[in-house]
Amino acid sequence: MDEQPILELDGIDVFYGAIQVLYGIRITLNRGELVCLLGGNASGKSTTLKTILGSCRPKSGKIFLNGERIDTLPTKEIIRRGIAIVPENRRIFPRMSVGENLEMGAYLRKDRDRVRKDRQRILELFPRLAERIEQPGATLSGGEQQMLAMARALMSRPDVLLMDEPSMGLSPRLVDQQFDLIQAVNKQGTTIFMVEQNAGMALSIADRGYVLQTGSIVMADTAASLLCDPMMREAYLGGDAACGVVDP
Amino acid sequence: MDMFLEQLPQQLVNGITLGGVYALIAIGYSMVYGILSMLNFAHGEVYMIGGFTGWWVLHLLYRENALAMNAVAVIALMVVFAMAVSGILGVLIERVAYRPLRHAPRINLLLSALGVSIFLQNFVLTFQGAKVRSFPVAALVPESLRVIQLGPVVFSFMRVLVIVVCFCLMAGLSIMIKSTKLGKAMRATAQDVETAAFMGVDVDRIIMVVFFIGSALGGAASVLVGLLFTQVDYYAGFAAGLKGFTAAVLGGIGNLYGAMLGGFVLGLSEALAVTFFPAAYKDVVAFVILIAVLILRPWGLMGEKSPEKV
Repeated sequence: MDEQPILELDGIDVFYGAIQVLYGIRITLNRGELVCLLGGNASGKSTTLKTILGSCRPKSGKIFLNGERIDTLPTKEIIRRGIAIVPENRRIFPRMSVGENLEMGAYLRKDRDRVRKDRQRILELFPRLAERIEQPGATLSGGEQQMLAMARALMSRPDVLLMDEPSMGLSPRLVDQQFDLIQAVNKQGTTIFMVEQNAGMALSIADRGYVLQTGSIVMADTAASLLCDPMMREAYLGGDAACGVVDP
Repeated sequence: MDMFLEQLPQQLVNGITLGGVYALIAIGYSMVYGILSMLNFAHGEVYMIGGFTGWWVLHLLYRENALAMNAVAVIALMVVFAMAVSGILGVLIERVAYRPLRHAPRINLLLSALGVSIFLQNFVLTFQGAKVRSFPVAALVPESLRVIQLGPVVFSFMRVLVIVVCFCLMAGLSIMIKSTKLGKAMRATAQDVETAAFMGVDVDRIIMVVFFIGSALGGAASVLVGLLFTQVDYYAGFAAGLKGFTAAVLGGIGNLYGAMLGGFVLGLSEALAVTFFPAAYKDVVAFVILIAVLILRPWGLMGEKSPEKV
């Protein structure tokens, strides 16, 4: 059972100028998993995602996607090889229509027929977007923008979907909706790597979790164990999180 | 008042011609600002060099008082060469003077642009001299077509040509931006550079394309002005650049259609002002408009009031 990990960060060090922000980060994602990266403000979570996408470069360490090294490739090439992101705050293109936003998600794909089929399938998954296909992105509600950001990322048929703070700026009801959606997409076979401050919510749907503190991984375990870990409960979960109850 | 009404159709034609040219120049400022949030103050010089390129093409094809080929072909060659030279120059300027400063404070970019502007002006001064170059326009238009009379309106053939070329270029650009994949990538990059890059857009390439298109349109505008007013010199970029910049700000800098609208509003205002004031005051009108916009509506006619969330 030593299947090759789909994404592997092997001892990543990242600097902003003279300041080191990531220290020897090691993360592995296996195919089909939903893994979360937890941590407070400025712990290096977003930098980790930017490094995977090639917009920050590691000073040392390597990143592998499907066994191939990607940390020296330009962003475009990394995306082409199967990584997509739902950025923090969703970042819909505000003055492009919903349809054009989806097209941007499939920007690098050349297989037009399959893109059309994927678009069809995704619009069936999100009928609200189909109704608003001609509307500019900026006119969508928060919940619709969240669907569009997810739909846009799926348009590239990613092997690994990165999610940067999916609960950020959403009402509690929309957060629930968002996490249901993430779980549904993961169940359909997309490997997901999610960065999140809301540790309780993230662990309730994740398979495994990593905890980042000032640039270093301080804990790595299954979601169930992290939920019950005393230090986790003290620092990130606020005591009352449901330990031992794994979301069905 | 009677005199004003008599002159109105005439001045409208003049205003639209001028407006089309201003719009073409303004597009270059606005597109670059839209993507890099910088004012490309070297744009006026790129325009001027486009004019010189057009002049050289005409100069080489016009020997011993005769054109080497059909006049339409000559004009087409002038426009195409000017666009190519200006476009390539714009790309070179971005590569050499702006890209290394992409992550520097905006003020550094602005100073670099001013430096490029001074350099190009003096470069042309050194190699072309300070002499005004005249376009032998008379050779391009047959005697019978030179002046067209339409009721009370009299206009030269060149004005019609300028208006047609301006509209074709702007229509072409609009269609390209609206419908092609490249156009969509340009819009996405202007709206959110980082996210566009995460969709797989090669942002450096898009910036190059933007500089090429904006500069090429400036070069075309310069040839059209040369055909209309028959002159170009090393200092031509200063006034033209200022007018284009005013038009871009008037329309809402960063907004493509704003630049077009701003160009026409400015051109028409100048032309109409001439019916009330001595012609020497027409530049005053442009700058009164610029100052009024900056005070009353700094985001322009079509710009967005608040900066976008990043």
